[in-house]
Amino acid sequence: MAESAVSTGLRAYVLIVGMWVRSTMAYRTSFLIMTLGNLLATGLDFVAIALMFTHIGQLGGFTLDEVAFLYGTTSVAFGLADLVLGTMGRLGQRVRDGTMDTLLVRPVPILAQVAADRFALRRLGRIIQGAVLLGWSLSRLDIDWTLDRVLLMPVMLLSGGAIFGALFVLGGAFQFWAKDASEVQNAFTFGGTTLLEYPPTVFGKELLRGVTFVIPLAFVNWLPALHILGRPDPLGLPARIGFAAPLVACGCCAVAGLAWRAGLRAYQSTGS
Amino acid sequence: MRLYAAVAVSGFKRYATYRVATVAGVFTNTVFGFILAYTYTALWDERPHLGGYDLDQALTFVWLGQALLAAVALMGGGFQEELQDRIRSGDIAVDLYRPVDLQSWWLATELGRALFQLLGRGVVPMGIGALVFELRLPASPLTWLWFLLSVVLAVCVGFAVRYLVSLASFWLLDGTGLSMLSGLLCLFFSGMILPLNVFPGQLGEIARALPWAAMLQVPADVFLEERRGAGLLGAFAFQAGWMVVLLAAGRVLQSVATRKVVVQGG
Repeated sequence: MAESAVSTGLRAYVLIVGMWVRSTMAYRTSFLIMTLGNLLATGLDFVAIALMFTHIGQLGGFTLDEVAFLYGTTSVAFGLADLVLGTMGRLGQRVRDGTMDTLLVRPVPILAQVAADRFALRRLGRIIQGAVLLGWSLSRLDIDWTLDRVLLMPVMLLSGGAIFGALFVLGGAFQFWAKDASEVQNAFTFGGTTLLEYPPTVFGKELLRGVTFVIPLAFVNWLPALHILGRPDPLGLPARIGFAAPLVACGCCAVAGLAWRAGLRAYQSTGS
Repeated sequence: MRLYAAVAVSGFKRYATYRVATVAGVFTNTVFGFILAYTYTALWDERPHLGGYDLDQALTFVWLGQALLAAVALMGGGFQEELQDRIRSGDIAVDLYRPVDLQSWWLATELGRALFQLLGRGVVPMGIGALVFELRLPASPLTWLWFLLSVVLAVCVGFAVRYLVSLASFWLLDGTGLSMLSGLLCLFFSGMILPLNVFPGQLGEIARALPWAAMLQVPADVFLEERRGAGLLGAFAFQAGWMVVLLAAGRVLQSVATRKVVVQGG
């Protein structure tokens, strides 16, 4: 039963996404421009970092290549979540203007509908940008590619995407209660990826503990990346802690799922 | 004049209605303020006196940026989307009938909005920043006054730029791409991502001469008392100069645009 709910949800998601992709492709030039714009927009932070490095050789003990590695990994992870679930931020608006009710009467899981609503393929821009920077940094870094490090790469990117995805769903669930507060979500999602672009050594210990044990953003790229780069964790956690990323991601998704159910149950229509 | 004052007051009230959104915005500004403050601390640790700022000044710059982000609309927004929508849908025809000046009307709403967001979204992040970090607050009360004047000019320059961008919808119809580009340029060249005095060489000189510099870098330098005496006058002249040029350009574009308006439908 549970499995069939998941598969119908996924099927519906793919169908709705396909519809939005077809409608986007009707204006191909506009799509290309917007994707390029997305690519440039999300790369702007790295331009700022590169400008910083015109003055310095190291930031928090990390070189530009290493920072580019961190930047690339969090961009790809965040980009995956943003592509799949990025429109969750509009949920509050749906609750406010009453169009949420339309979704409720359809025989399709609500989460699939909300997540696929206005699916924006241009968000590939961020993933492409992150992947290019990641490739660039890998070509310049001298990494000791043991088997576990090779394995950790895809595990890190997918788990990171799942952790960010869980944050998007949590943020969406929160909007059932606080309809106008979609910006709070940005603090954790966009704020989170900005945080992870920089080396952990830059930040205070309290903040590091907070993003390791409370909101486990550190598992998106910091902890796995430190192992790949062969650097010690500033909090003194064991080197292989990065391998816990998939477990952490599963935990986050479970919490997000429960919050989503609770939010949906607490939903009250505006009645308009 | 009284009419525009009333419009500005209603702009203020309109944004004051969204209380939860304001609190949410304050929260997000504060989180970003902390992240940037840490990274700037690392940067200034490596290179003390980078760009002529000491660490305290750099941290003050971070929190000023967060405090002014919404008021000066450094990421776009405000009236822009609404005006673009009115142009696309044709509602602009109704606005043109009204016995008021289109540009002054939108500027008035924008000033009201900016005042609310300066108070509602600026004061609290700045206060939290000042509690946690050692910020360089102006020694002289006069500096506060000059800073406010500089912020008003910054809001006007920001308005003028986005008014031009919005009017482009008369030709493009879908202004989303252009708005995005304009927002990007603003974030980058206002100093929001990195203070302009840290930009290297030629790029820095160009960036400091562009209108976006008037939107964050100049008010911040006034606040940090980097601009004093003749330098202060120069700062105001720079802001006022861009304001006049861009507002005038907006008027020219507006008259060209309205000449080609064809009202569709019944």
